[in-house]
Amino acid sequence: MKWLRQLGPLLALIVMIVLLSISSPYFFTVDNLLNIFRQSSVNALLALGQLLVIITAGIDLSVGSILGLCAVAVALSLKAGWSIIVSIFICLLVGAFVGWLNGAMLTKMKLPHPFISTLATMNVARGLALIISGGFPISDLPASYRIWGASSVSIIPVPVIIVVVVYFIFHIFLTKTISGRDIYAIGGNKVAAYYSGIPTDRRLVVVYMLSGLLAGLAAIILTGRMNSGFPLAGMGAELDSIAAVIIGGASFFGGVGTVWGTLVGALLMGVLRNGLNLLDVSAYWQTVVIGAVIVWAVYMDVLRQRVMKKKRS
Amino acid sequence: MHVELKNISKSYTGNLVLNKVTMNVKPGQVHALIGENGAGKSTLMKILIGVETADHGDIFVNRKNKKWRTPHDARDAGIAMVFQELSLIPTLSVIENVFLGRLLRKQSGLLDWHEMKSQVEKIFEEIEFPLDAEQTVEELSIAQKQMVEIARALSQNARLIILDEPTSPLAERDAERLFKRIKKLSEKNVSIIYITHRLEQVFKIAHLITILRDGEFIRTCPVSDVDMQTVVRDMVGRELSEQFPDRTQKVNGSSKKAALRVEGATRSNEFNNVNFSVYNGEILGIAGLVGAGRTELAEAIFGVRRLDQGMVTVQGKIAKINSPAAAVKTGIGLIADDRKLKGLVPDASVHFNLNVATQRKFATRCGWRLQGQEIEASKRLIDGLQIKLQSLQQNAAGLSGGNQQKVAIGKTLNTDSSILIFDEPTRGIDVGAKREIYFLLRKLADEGAAIILVSSELEEILGLSDRIIVMCQGRITGEIVAANATQEKIMEMAVGIYESTKNGVTA
Ligand SMILES: Nc1ncnc2c1ncn2[C@@H]1O[C@H](COP(=O)(O)OP(=O)(O)OP(=O)(O)O)[C@@H](O)[C@H]1O
Ligand SMILES: [Mg+2]
Repeated sequence: MKWLRQLGPLLALIVMIVLLSISSPYFFTVDNLLNIFRQSSVNALLALGQLLVIITAGIDLSVGSILGLCAVAVALSLKAGWSIIVSIFICLLVGAFVGWLNGAMLTKMKLPHPFISTLATMNVARGLALIISGGFPISDLPASYRIWGASSVSIIPVPVIIVVVVYFIFHIFLTKTISGRDIYAIGGNKVAAYYSGIPTDRRLVVVYMLSGLLAGLAAIILTGRMNSGFPLAGMGAELDSIAAVIIGGASFFGGVGTVWGTLVGALLMGVLRNGLNLLDVSAYWQTVVIGAVIVWAVYMDVLRQRVMKKKRS
Repeated sequence: MHVELKNISKSYTGNLVLNKVTMNVKPGQVHALIGENGAGKSTLMKILIGVETADHGDIFVNRKNKKWRTPHDARDAGIAMVFQELSLIPTLSVIENVFLGRLLRKQSGLLDWHEMKSQVEKIFEEIEFPLDAEQTVEELSIAQKQMVEIARALSQNARLIILDEPTSPLAERDAERLFKRIKKLSEKNVSIIYITHRLEQVFKIAHLITILRDGEFIRTCPVSDVDMQTVVRDMVGRELSEQFPDRTQKVNGSSKKAALRVEGATRSNEFNNVNFSVYNGEILGIAGLVGAGRTELAEAIFGVRRLDQGMVTVQGKIAKINSPAAAVKTGIGLIADDRKLKGLVPDASVHFNLNVATQRKFATRCGWRLQGQEIEASKRLIDGLQIKLQSLQQNAAGLSGGNQQKVAIGKTLNTDSSILIFDEPTRGIDVGAKREIYFLLRKLADEGAAIILVSSELEEILGLSDRIIVMCQGRITGEIVAANATQEKIMEMAVGIYESTKNGVTA
C-alpha cells in the first residue's frame, strides 16, 4: 500500500510524458530523456535535502544560496591550485557548515521557526558568495574536474549516476535506520518524540546539515557542467526544490514524505521545462505553466487519497 | 429535550463498530453510556452531534426525524458536546475557545469582548473553578483545559449536553463540583448523556444507564435496577475476578539499594525539597490533588525539566539526567499524562508508535533497524496489552481512547526500562483494561522493575501501591505503608496544607 502514495505524482509524470511525446517528436528520444535527467539532477539533490527538512515540518529557504556560495568556494579553491579532492571537500564542508548554522539557530538559539533562520542564511550566504567572488563568475576550471558535471559513463551522465546513488542511500537512511525513523517522528509530533527519548535537537541539526551538504554536492555538479562558479547560481532554486518535494507527496505539516516521490517531483519539473522549451513556449509563460502544474499535481494526489478513503470505508 | 437514536449502525473500513444501537434520552435525565474501550460510545455520540454520519438509522429530536448536515445543525437544535479528546485551539484565549465559532457581537458588528468575558467568568463561578479567562489555552494544565471544554458546552444553553469522559483529568474535588452543576441542570430539565469508565460516578449521578459491548446494544435500564457487578458483567461479557493483583510483599525497603533515589529535588513554583526512594520490585504510589506538582516532579526525573536543586541517583550511581534521551539511557521510562500531546505520533502507525522510543534496542550498533524484530515486539505488546486494532499499520489516531493509552504504555514498556513512572496510566481506560494494566504493573514489579504510580484515583493508589507518598503544593506531606492507608488518611495529607493556607498562596 505504501508505494501507492507515490502513484499520484507518478501518474502526473506519465500523463505529462505522454502529452509531450505526442506534441513533439524529439521529446521521447534517449538523448532527450537523458538530457532531462541531467538537467534535473541539481534540483533533485536540493529537493532531497529539502525533503528531509520538510519531513520534520520545517523549511529550508537557504539551499539556493548555499549552492551559490559552494559554487564560488569550489571554483576559487580550484583556481588557487588546490587539488580536486581538497576543493570538493571544501565545497561540501561549506555547505554542511551553513546547514549546521541553520540547525543551530533553530535548536540552540531557539529561533521560533526555520523560516527565519534559513531566511537569514539565505541572505548571508548569497552575500558572501558575491563578496568573495567580487560579483564575477569564476571560469575555466581544470578539465579533470569537469567530469563531475559534464561527462558520461557509456551513455549515462555522471550527474545522473550521482543522483541515483545518493537517492538510494537516503532511501535506506530514511527507512532502515533509527535516525531516519526519528526524523519522521519529530515531524509527526515533536513533543511526543522528545518524550520518547529521541534527541530531537541533535537530529534536527543533522537534517539541516545534510540539506546544506546536498546543496554543496549540487554545486559540484553545476560548476562542472557550467565550467565556472557563478555567485548567483541557484537564485530561486529553493522554491523549485520545495515544489518538487510537495509535488512528490510530502506533507507541509511534517511526518510524511518519501525519497522516490521527491525524485518523481523533481523529474516532473524537469520534464515540464524541457517539454516547454521544445514546444518553444516563452520563458515567461513557462513560469505560469509551472505554477498551474504544481496545483494540478498536488490536486491529483488529493483526489487519489479521497478515492482511496472512500474505497476503504 | 427528548432525543432518540434508533437502530444506528456505522462501520469504518469495513469493520462494524455500531450495530443497530438504540438509545432513548428523556428530558431532565442524566443518562450514563457505558462500555469497554472501543465499544463505540464516542462514535455514537459523534453521530448524534453530526461530526460523523451513520450508515443506517435515525435520530429523533422531540419526536421529529433529524438529518444533520453539519455539527452546526445539531448545535442550533440545542445539543452540545464535550469531546473525549480535547478539541481546543491552544493559541487562543480561554474566552475565544469558549465562544469558538459563535463569538458575540455588539450592534456595531464589532466583537463584544466585555460581554463574552463576563459570561465566561460567570460560568467558571458557577462551577466553582477559578480560571483567568484571558490566558491562552496552551498555558493551561490538562485539568484546566478540560474545564474550558466543559464551560464551552455549558455556555451554549443547550437542552442536551453530552459529556464524553469529562472527569478523567480532573481532581476529585473538581469532579464533585461538576456533578453539582449537572444535578442543577437536570433539575432545569436539561438532558445529560454521561460517558465514563468510573462506574462509581454512574451510581452517584445517573438516572438511566445504557450499556454497549463491541458495538452491540446490551440494555438500557434505571440505575436503581442494577448493581456494580451486573454492570461490569454486561460491559465485558463475563465475570471479572479481583480488580487488583495480590501484593507480593517480598520487598523490604531498608535492606536494599534503592533503584531510584531523589534527594532535595526543587524547582521554583513547582515542587520543593522532595526526597524519596523507590526499590526494585516495588510499586510506589504518589497521591495528591491535581496541581500538587506530581507531573512536574515526574517530568523532572525524566529530564523534561531541569532541577533547580537536588540530586537523582539511579541504582546507587549519581545520574545526570538533562533530557529524556538521557533518562531512557539510564533505564527510566515515563508514561506521560497527556498522551495526545506527549505520548503518540497520531498520524503514524501503531507499529511506528510502539517502536519510536526503543532507540537502538532493535538495531545494529551503527543504527540499522532490525525490522523483523520490531514487528515481533509490536505483536507481543499488542497481545500482552490486548490492544484492539485492525492492523499494525493502522494510524494511532484511529484507535479508541483507551487503546491509544495502551499504545502509549506499550511504547514505554518496549524500552525495557527498569524504573517506570506511570503518570495517570488508566485515565480513560475501561474496567477490564484497567485490571489488565494493574496486573501488568504488578508483574513488572515482580520481575524486578521499580514502579512509580502517579494517580488521582485513590482506589487505584490504595489497591496497587506497596507504599504511598502524598504531595500537596509541591511538598511531600506524608508517607504511609499501603497496609495502614485509608482514603481518609490520604485525603487529609493531600489537602492538609491546602486548607490551612486557603487564603494565602493557593493555586
Ligand atoms: N476514524 C476512525 N477510523 C477507523 N476506526 C475508528 C475511527 N474512530 C473509531 N474507530 C473504531 O471504532 C471503534 C469504536 O471506537 P469509539 O471511539 O467509539 O470507542 P469508545 O467506546 O468511545 O472507547 P473509549 O472508551 O476507549 O473511548 C473502535 O474499534 C475504533 O478503533
Ligand atoms: Mg471514547
